[in-house]
Amino acid sequence: MWFPRLASDRVLRARPVDGPFALTLKADNTERIYCLNRAAERVGLSRDMSFADARAFCPDLISQPARPDLDAPFLAVLRRWATRYCPWVGYEGADGLVLDVTGAVHLLGGEPGMLADMHARCERAGLELRLGLGETRGAAWARAHFGNPHSPLTELPVAALRIEDRMATALQRLGLRRIGDLASAARAPLARRFGPELMLRLDQALGHVSEPISPEGEPPHYATRMSLPEPIGLTEDVMGVTARLLIPLCDKLKAQEMGARRLCLTLRRVDQGRQQVELRLAAPMHDPTRILPLFVRGVGEVAAGFGIDQIRIEATLVEPLPAQQIGSRQSSPDQLNDLITRIGTRIGLENVQRFLPADSHIPERAFSIAPAAYSTPERGWSVRRSRPLCLFPPESISASGSQPPAQFRWRRMRLTTGRATGPERIAPEWWLPDDKWRSGVRDYWKVDTREGRRLWLFYTPQNPGWFVQGEFT
Amino acid sequence: MRVALHTLFPLRPARVHEVCGAGAMGFAAMAARGPVLWIREAWLSDTLTPQGLLPLLDPSQLLLARPKDQMDALAVAEEALKDGALPYVVLEITRPLDLREGRRVQLAAKAGGTTGVCIIPEDMGSNASETRWRATPIFEPERQDSTLMRWETIKNKSGTLGVWHVRWNQQTSRLDVVSPVGERPGSSGTSG
Repeated sequence: MWFPRLASDRVLRARPVDGPFALTLKADNTERIYCLNRAAERVGLSRDMSFADARAFCPDLISQPARPDLDAPFLAVLRRWATRYCPWVGYEGADGLVLDVTGAVHLLGGEPGMLADMHARCERAGLELRLGLGETRGAAWARAHFGNPHSPLTELPVAALRIEDRMATALQRLGLRRIGDLASAARAPLARRFGPELMLRLDQALGHVSEPISPEGEPPHYATRMSLPEPIGLTEDVMGVTARLLIPLCDKLKAQEMGARRLCLTLRRVDQGRQQVELRLAAPMHDPTRILPLFVRGVGEVAAGFGIDQIRIEATLVEPLPAQQIGSRQSSPDQLNDLITRIGTRIGLENVQRFLPADSHIPERAFSIAPAAYSTPERGWSVRRSRPLCLFPPESISASGSQPPAQFRWRRMRLTTGRATGPERIAPEWWLPDDKWRSGVRDYWKVDTREGRRLWLFYTPQNPGWFVQGEFT
Repeated sequence: MRVALHTLFPLRPARVHEVCGAGAMGFAAMAARGPVLWIREAWLSDTLTPQGLLPLLDPSQLLLARPKDQMDALAVAEEALKDGALPYVVLEITRPLDLREGRRVQLAAKAGGTTGVCIIPEDMGSNASETRWRATPIFEPERQDSTLMRWETIKNKSGTLGVWHVRWNQQTSRLDVVSPVGERPGSSGTSG
C-alpha cells in the first residue's frame, strides 16, 4: 500500500480545501514543496519545486508548513488499521505499508474483493492509495509505484526496482528500459558495472532472493479493569478491587521488566460520572503490596455517589525497572521512595527537593534545587570559603564608605560591628543576565556583631550601598 | 547542681523538640544525625544553603519539603515522623501549634522512632514538646571562624534546665562545650 500524498492528505482530512494545496518544507534555506494535492499537480506544480516558483505559477495556491514529525504517527495509525486485513504489517519507507496477505485473502472475498475494500475505505477516509500485489515484496512495490496491481512485472520500467535514479538513468541509456530486458541480459557485466545492489534488487523482485516483512509489534498496554455486578461504595471495597486489579497489572509490568511511574485509577459511577485518582510515584515500582497503601489517601477522597460499578487502573507512565539483586543491605531506598511518594501526593512531587552542586561563584547559584524523585544525591560538595547557613534577598542598610559600618540597624535591631572579615569580591556572571546583580561587583564581608549575630554583608562599589544577604551559624 | 549537656544533647530520640532564637537553624543542623527531611513552607523567601550546611551536615543527606502552608507542613511532618524512613525531621513553623497539633506530631515521632526538631518563633512553644531550647550566637573576639553559641533549655519534661556555651568543632564534626559566661572576655554583650 502506497500513500503518495500522505502528508497533504493528513492535513486536508482535518481541514478540507478546494483547489490547489501544498505543504512546504524549508530545506537548504529555501522553501520547497514537500507534498501537494491532485488539483495542485493539475496546474503544473510538482514536488521539490521551490515555493516561490509555485506561487508564481499558481497565485491561489494554499499552503502550510509540513510537519514530518506528525506524519510518522499518522502512518502508525494506518498501520494499526491495516491489521484488519492481515496480522503481518510493516512499514515501507515513510509513506507506505507492506502487508503479508498470504492466507488471509480468502477471508475478504479474494484478491479483487480485498483490493476494492482497501480502495473504498481509503477513499472514504480521504486518502489517495496506490496498491500493488505481488509474490514478492519488490514486485508489490514496483506495481504500486509504477503500474497497477496486476501489471506484468517484466513490462515495468527499471526504476521500479527500488534503485537510485542515477542507476536507472544509466540503465536506460544502455537500452535496458524494462525489467524484462534487464532480466534477460547477461548478469556478470551488469554486476561489474553497477555493483551487487542492482542484481540483489532484481532477484528480490523476481523472487530468487527472499525478503522478509518485519511486522511491528503492538506496544504493550498496561491497564486492567473490572466491571462489578453490583455497585460498591465503601472505601475498603474499592481498595479490595484495586488490590485485585493491581496483581495482573504488576505481573505484566514485571514480565516486561518495567515499573509504573504514574498510575491512574478511574472509577465509573452508576450515573456514568467518572472520578480519577492519580498517583505519581517517586520511583518506578511493580510491587502490588507496596503500591496499594499509596492509593489509600486518593481513594479516601472519592465521592462514591450511588456507587461505583467499574474500576480501571492504568499505568500511564512506565519506566524500565530491571530485576535487581536484593542483598543483605537494608532496603531503605524503597522505604524512602514510598515516603517521598506519600508526601508527594499531598504537596506535589516536585515540592520534595534536594540540593545538587552547581558550578558558580555566585552564592545563590552555587547549588541547584531539584525534585528528589527525579534526581539522585550527589556528593562532591566543597567550599573554599565559609558560606552563610541561610541566604535571604538582600536587605538594604544605611551605611556609607567601603569599610563595614561600625554600627547599623537591621530588622529593627541596633547592631555593633565587633569584627569584620573580608572583603571577598564576587563579580557578576555577565554571561547570564540577572537583574539582582545589575548593581555590579560585590565586596562581601562577614561581620560578627557584638550582639552575637554573624551576618554576611556586601558593599557594591559601583553603586555605593550596603546590604545584608545572609546569616552564619 | 549543673546539668551536663550530654544528658540532653544528642536529643532524646522518638520525641519532638523545639528550638527558638537566632541560632535555631544552626542548632537543628548540628543536632541532625543521618538523613534529614527539612520541612519549610514554600513562601519563605530565605533559603537554606548547602554550602553553609556543609560543616554541620552532609547536604546530600538532606531532603527539602516545600509545602504551601502550615497545615500541609504539619501533615508532611506527621507522615515523615510516623514512617521512620528518615531518622530526623526538621519542621519550621510560623504560627503556634495548638495542643492537638503538638500532641499529634509527638505521637507520630513515638510511633516512628524518629527525632523531630521544630524551629519556632520566640514564645510560640507548644505544651507537648519534650524539650525547648533557645540558641543564641555569641560574639567571640579572638576567633575568626567562631561558631560560639549559647544554648539554653527553657523547658524540659524529664529533667532540669541548664545553660551551656558550645562551639562546633569542624574537624571532628562534634560539639565542644566551653567554659561558661562571666569568665570570658566579650561575653558581657550577649543578647537574649
